[in-house]
Amino acid sequence: MLHVRNLSIHFTRYALGLRKQEVRAIRCLDLDLAAGEVVAVVGQSGAGKSLLAHALLGILPSNARIEGEMIFRDEPLTPERMARLRGREIALVPQAVTYLNPLLRVGAQIARAARLSGLTRARAVEAAREALARYHLAREVGAWFPFQLSGGMVRRVLTATATVGLADLVLADEPTNGLDRETAAESLKHLRELADAGKAVLLITHDVGAALEVADRVAVFCGGVTVEVAWAGDFKRTGLLRHPYTRALWAALPANGFSLPGPSAHVIRLEGGCPYVSGCLSHGPACDAGLPDLLPADRGLVRCRHA
Amino acid sequence: MNQADAIYWKPWQWDRRTRTLAQVAACLALFTTIFLMAWLHGDHGLTTHLELRKQAPSVMHPFGTDWLGRDMLARTLKGLRISLGIGMGAAVCSSILALFLGLSAALLGRKVDTVVTWMVDAAMASPHIVLLILISFACGGGPKGIILAVTLSHWPGLTRVIRAEVLQLRTSDYIRLSARLGRSPWWIARHHLLPHVLPQFMVGLLLLFPHAILHAAGLTFLGFGMSPHTPAIGALLSESMRYLSMGLWWLAVAPGAALVVTVKAFDVLGTNVKLLLNPRTTRE
Amino acid sequence: MKNTIIPFLGKKAVRLAVLLAALAVFSFILVSVSPIDPIDAYVGASILKLSPEQREIIAQRWGLNDPPLERFLRWAGRLLQGDFGISTIFNEPVSTVIGKRFMTSFWLMALAWTISGVLGFILGLIAGTRENSPLDSVIRLYAYTMAATPTFWVGMVLLTVFSVSLGWTPVCCAWPPGLSADQATLWQRIHHLLLPAVTLSLIGVAQITMHTREKTVEAMRSDYAIFARAQGESTWGVSLRHAVRNVALPAVTLQFGSLGELFGGSVLAEQVFSYPGLGRATVEAGIRGDVPLLLGIVLFSAVFVFTGNTVADLTYLAVDPRIRTGGDKP
Repeated sequence: MLHVRNLSIHFTRYALGLRKQEVRAIRCLDLDLAAGEVVAVVGQSGAGKSLLAHALLGILPSNARIEGEMIFRDEPLTPERMARLRGREIALVPQAVTYLNPLLRVGAQIARAARLSGLTRARAVEAAREALARYHLAREVGAWFPFQLSGGMVRRVLTATATVGLADLVLADEPTNGLDRETAAESLKHLRELADAGKAVLLITHDVGAALEVADRVAVFCGGVTVEVAWAGDFKRTGLLRHPYTRALWAALPANGFSLPGPSAHVIRLEGGCPYVSGCLSHGPACDAGLPDLLPADRGLVRCRHA
Repeated sequence: MNQADAIYWKPWQWDRRTRTLAQVAACLALFTTIFLMAWLHGDHGLTTHLELRKQAPSVMHPFGTDWLGRDMLARTLKGLRISLGIGMGAAVCSSILALFLGLSAALLGRKVDTVVTWMVDAAMASPHIVLLILISFACGGGPKGIILAVTLSHWPGLTRVIRAEVLQLRTSDYIRLSARLGRSPWWIARHHLLPHVLPQFMVGLLLLFPHAILHAAGLTFLGFGMSPHTPAIGALLSESMRYLSMGLWWLAVAPGAALVVTVKAFDVLGTNVKLLLNPRTTRE
Repeated sequence: MKNTIIPFLGKKAVRLAVLLAALAVFSFILVSVSPIDPIDAYVGASILKLSPEQREIIAQRWGLNDPPLERFLRWAGRLLQGDFGISTIFNEPVSTVIGKRFMTSFWLMALAWTISGVLGFILGLIAGTRENSPLDSVIRLYAYTMAATPTFWVGMVLLTVFSVSLGWTPVCCAWPPGLSADQATLWQRIHHLLLPAVTLSLIGVAQITMHTREKTVEAMRSDYAIFARAQGESTWGVSLRHAVRNVALPAVTLQFGSLGELFGGSVLAEQVFSYPGLGRATVEAGIRGDVPLLLGIVLFSAVFVFTGNTVADLTYLAVDPRIRTGGDKP
């Protein structure tokens, strides 16, 4: 359903003295997503992954520039097309309660999301009630304000806004941020249900463990670059993972012994060649020359000269 | 250190930065011109030519002449110079007072802080003009009275800003660290506090000029600074009031417009300097 | 909610009392050090005709020869009983003068306040929603220029254009000169009110516009605005459904907090149009050394501004749902 090729996102910003700077948040991102599957984009916090969701919806700030291809249902995503599809065929599940209007009641906000996705006014109100019920929220929750919701309820409300309509592509941005194990597991379960119901779910997170619980495939993101795309099952043994960065991520998982230093201790290079430099055992002079291509290897894809 | 940014620099072009710098330069040029021209004109334009009374603007007299035949352009320039002098002087004094109070509040302990904060609130409790009139009255009128009045009523805003900034800095980690590493308070003040407070102070000072000048002009207009030796713009306009109903519109429009342009220039200057020193507030 | 309002008002009352006390002391000290001799100021041009004995009688009557502390206590004592003294200019009790003059100014200020509030909000909302558009630039230019313009000059220009050149509006006063206050009709009063009100509004709109614009921009860049856009809301949809709600409260707060500026503006505007309101009285009191009146106005205006600020705080209490529902999470 969704294909992303060579995506890069640049920002212009102003430093002291009003000097213009260009900042490249995403350097080269590749992704494929089909209906019925959950693909996780996994990487460091602040690595620019959230921008991917905003880019797919066409709501990046005006000082952003996009290069590369984004293809949805076999047609490219132009700004005009994205404006039409936002909220209708592509929906966002945001990170936190700050994404809800603090002065509007929860039920009204869900109903508005339903209305924007194409339902009639009456049908939208009904759909909002149904959505609340589906996520086990009492009817009176609809009359509450966002500040009255607990952490778990916030998660459910945010998921409800994305699923109250008819969207087929759901973008979940950091769905387990700041949640305890139980609530996080529940949140992920919802996403799995959506995929099983036939939707395509893109899961953006920094929590590798969480991703592995529900994802079918995992795209590993390092320094603005997709370095590997692997099946979730491959994560059972480090031998099946090909990119050195992915291996380091795997080794840092609690189940595998928390081996130190973790991947965040290493220097990530943002220009020139491969981003994963200082922790890489196979690093060679060829790695500094330029970014390798994303090539098939076994069942997945990897961007490494030494895989 | 992980940063998902790749930074490279763009070459020079006619962009935001150069535009801002150009605006700053233009404002400074304007002020210099005003002072220079006022000084060059001297008292030359103030001689009365009774045969040229009440003339509308023309090539010879771009701002017209008044009821005594004096050139309005010369009078305006002189008035501007006086008004700017009074306003800038008062603003500088006010800013220094604000700096002193703000620093004291943030650095000298809670008691001083409470007193200063309360003073700020109290000072902002009355309408500005009422306070100005009261202080002016207390000084018996005259230009000194105006400067004092404006000085004593404009410090609250900047005091708050400086106090907030220094309070925030004081509790920041790197200052605590410096103190623990044994640096003296003077060293910390010079190397950590000053670089942050100084820009805020500069911008606050610059942005205080327009307010001070306008309030001083208001006071002189109302008649509080009246003295024949200091025909500030406000006084000029006050005198012109009498002749408005006779249709001598240029007596009011021209000097007022000149004042607006000058004050606006200060505004532009202050805003642009603020942009240069704190670009975080802008987005392309 | 009742539980929060009563103690709130109580605290505010105490603050007001303390403030007024401090202000009373401060202003009294100021007028005492003034070199302006109240007797000279009162008598004015007839000063040459005053013999030393006559001066002494007046000084006795006004208690001018007593030590400052005694004078202050006497004044403060009378104040607490509601007696503000007698105005030397108008020869009426100060409270009567303030009362009459305030009523005249009230309509002027109310009209200007309403116009600048409504217009300022609308313009600010438009400018903030369509940020950096040509319309926004024009609105900003207007607001910034007005902020640099003296109120009295705007009044003078309007006077020249509309009263002198076009003759559409009167040149001075609150009703046609020669008539007494009761004889003037409503229409005449409004006619005389127009130009000063427009003067005040033109300047007032600027400040409100800029503040509303800033809040609107902030709201349009917030997380909930981004999410609304992600759901497919158009720019104006985001603005009218989300931003407006979140901007309305700060806007109303600012409106009530702008009473100080309003009063200040009216002082200048009334001078230009010779409008016999409280502002004009302040100026006359200052120039002609009418100490009782001046002190009375200082205290009155402080109460006026304080009331405005308190109402602003109250609206926050009343409207913010977090506070309304008691802030408890069920």
